[in-house]
Amino acid sequence: MNDYLARFQGYFQGQANDWLGPVWGPQAFTVGRTLAMIVMVLVPVLLTVLYYQLVERWVIGWIQVRKGPNRVGWKGVLQPIADAIKLLMKEQVVPSGANKVLFMLAPILSVAPALAAWSIVPFFPGWVISNADAAILVMLAMTSLGIYGIIIAGWASNSKYAFIGSMRAAAQMVAYELAMGFAIVGALMAGQSMNLTQIVAAQQTPYGAIGWFWIPLFPLFLIHYIAGLAETNRHPFDVAEGESEIVAGFHVEYSGMAFAVFFLAEYANMILISTVSPLLFLGGWLSPFDVSFVRDAGPAVSWLAAPSVLWLLAKTAFLMFLFLWIRASFPRYRYDQIMRLGWKVFIPVTLVWIALTGVALMDPVAHWPVLRIWFGR
Amino acid sequence: MNLPLVLFWVYGAILIAGAIAVILVRNPVHAALFLVLSFFTAAALWILLYAEFLALTLVLVYVGAVMVLFLFVVMMLDINLERLREGFWKSLPLAGIVGVLMAIEMVALLARGAATGGGAPLAAPGAGYSNTRALGMVIYTDYVFPFEIAAVILLVAIVSAIALTLRSRKETKYQDPHSQLSVHASDRLKIVKMASEGLSSESSPQPSPKGEGANVGGGVAK
Repeated sequence: MNDYLARFQGYFQGQANDWLGPVWGPQAFTVGRTLAMIVMVLVPVLLTVLYYQLVERWVIGWIQVRKGPNRVGWKGVLQPIADAIKLLMKEQVVPSGANKVLFMLAPILSVAPALAAWSIVPFFPGWVISNADAAILVMLAMTSLGIYGIIIAGWASNSKYAFIGSMRAAAQMVAYELAMGFAIVGALMAGQSMNLTQIVAAQQTPYGAIGWFWIPLFPLFLIHYIAGLAETNRHPFDVAEGESEIVAGFHVEYSGMAFAVFFLAEYANMILISTVSPLLFLGGWLSPFDVSFVRDAGPAVSWLAAPSVLWLLAKTAFLMFLFLWIRASFPRYRYDQIMRLGWKVFIPVTLVWIALTGVALMDPVAHWPVLRIWFGR
Repeated sequence: MNLPLVLFWVYGAILIAGAIAVILVRNPVHAALFLVLSFFTAAALWILLYAEFLALTLVLVYVGAVMVLFLFVVMMLDINLERLREGFWKSLPLAGIVGVLMAIEMVALLARGAATGGGAPLAAPGAGYSNTRALGMVIYTDYVFPFEIAAVILLVAIVSAIALTLRSRKETKYQDPHSQLSVHASDRLKIVKMASEGLSSESSPQPSPKGEGANVGGGVAK
């Protein structure tokens, strides 16, 4: 497959050089190739967003012993299309007294970082838009930008509810961003790299799922996921929306497509966290059954040990399901409890665990029999 | 003329336009947002110089955290624009002198760099080169003491800022998480078992209207 892709690219490279000359040809090829890769990543992501929210309604309906959407199309499979058409047809209401430019800019500022962060997510060795060395920094920078959409939406709406919602969201995201960043620092220390492909490669051991970083870094794995819930303003941390107190929070004044874009950003961020967490802690595309007796068991079984993009998708799907499961199971946190959990529990725990990881990486310690599985390389 | 050079001119133009807009626009929130744009464009320029760690840290720290708090403050405060503009002509001479001095310093620095060959185009780093690793190596070996001293100064600033604002008033009500978490269901809720009082229960004696009537609810509780 990779060989076929290389020939395919070579053809276009030659065409670009023939048409635009040796100076501009390679650069036009680079731009065109990047654009093609962006389309190849973002179209599946957007389709997943579309159907994720249908699955969310199904799953929550199932947990709450009711049916969920089942009218549009077979068992309701066309429901997201119907929703999208409805939102497109709706009138775009701009409140009087709102700052029009910023009001329309806010949804864009919220969705752009959510999509831009996908540029560094590898799906398989080589299947990545930008195999940057500082991939983790790019991701942290992009997720930290998502907050602007929310703050500006709250301020530009000229509404008390929207403003309160955006202030809550901002305080919460600043708090949990730190915990999330520290959790990622632990993973990049253990993986000895900031490149996501190399972090996954560092989790390849003869022990299958036991060799992944979720065992030595279990508190960080947990904190990364829970901070992800808080970063995306999902249940049980969704005080920024808080229907019972402030109507819908920062997007209370938005209608039609502008509202849909906020929705899209939230779901794209959820999928991003569900994809990055397996890359950092759950071995990415590595197989959990990558152990010697499975590999040597003959062709009927040994395919289970091979790394594949399907493993990554399975892990991502499980974590995405966990988002919905948590939403259906837990009541909303009180605001002071959210702040306490972020600042007084998560950040101290991550700091201690980073120090412990540093010790575990030191030379004599890393070769202790148990730690050798993950660190003694 | 190549792509990085074109990008440099584009980003440079955006950076200068954004920086000018910061001081020209009337609305303080707009000014803060233009400052965000300037930081972001400066980060893009640093990436063109292969300083990706610095660039991304600029976005992460200044755009993602500092400017968010800045916007917070600007949005929460009721700023009177007329009052802000009052001292413009009075402070113009001093501001002008400072500005000219800074411009001279920067020109002197850049001219010296050009004279010693610092202005030559950067060579692209090799494949195995990691900007972050190189920076970490230098910071934690050659410059470890300045780095640690800077960190301690920042820590002192944080601690002193908190100490200045930390006032505990007696009438403030706050939750004690420990006592909240150590509550058991049995502390709040008491399960009471009592016999059925329906019409069919003929065996149990009917309480007489007077006297025993008050005992109906609590009498059977264990």
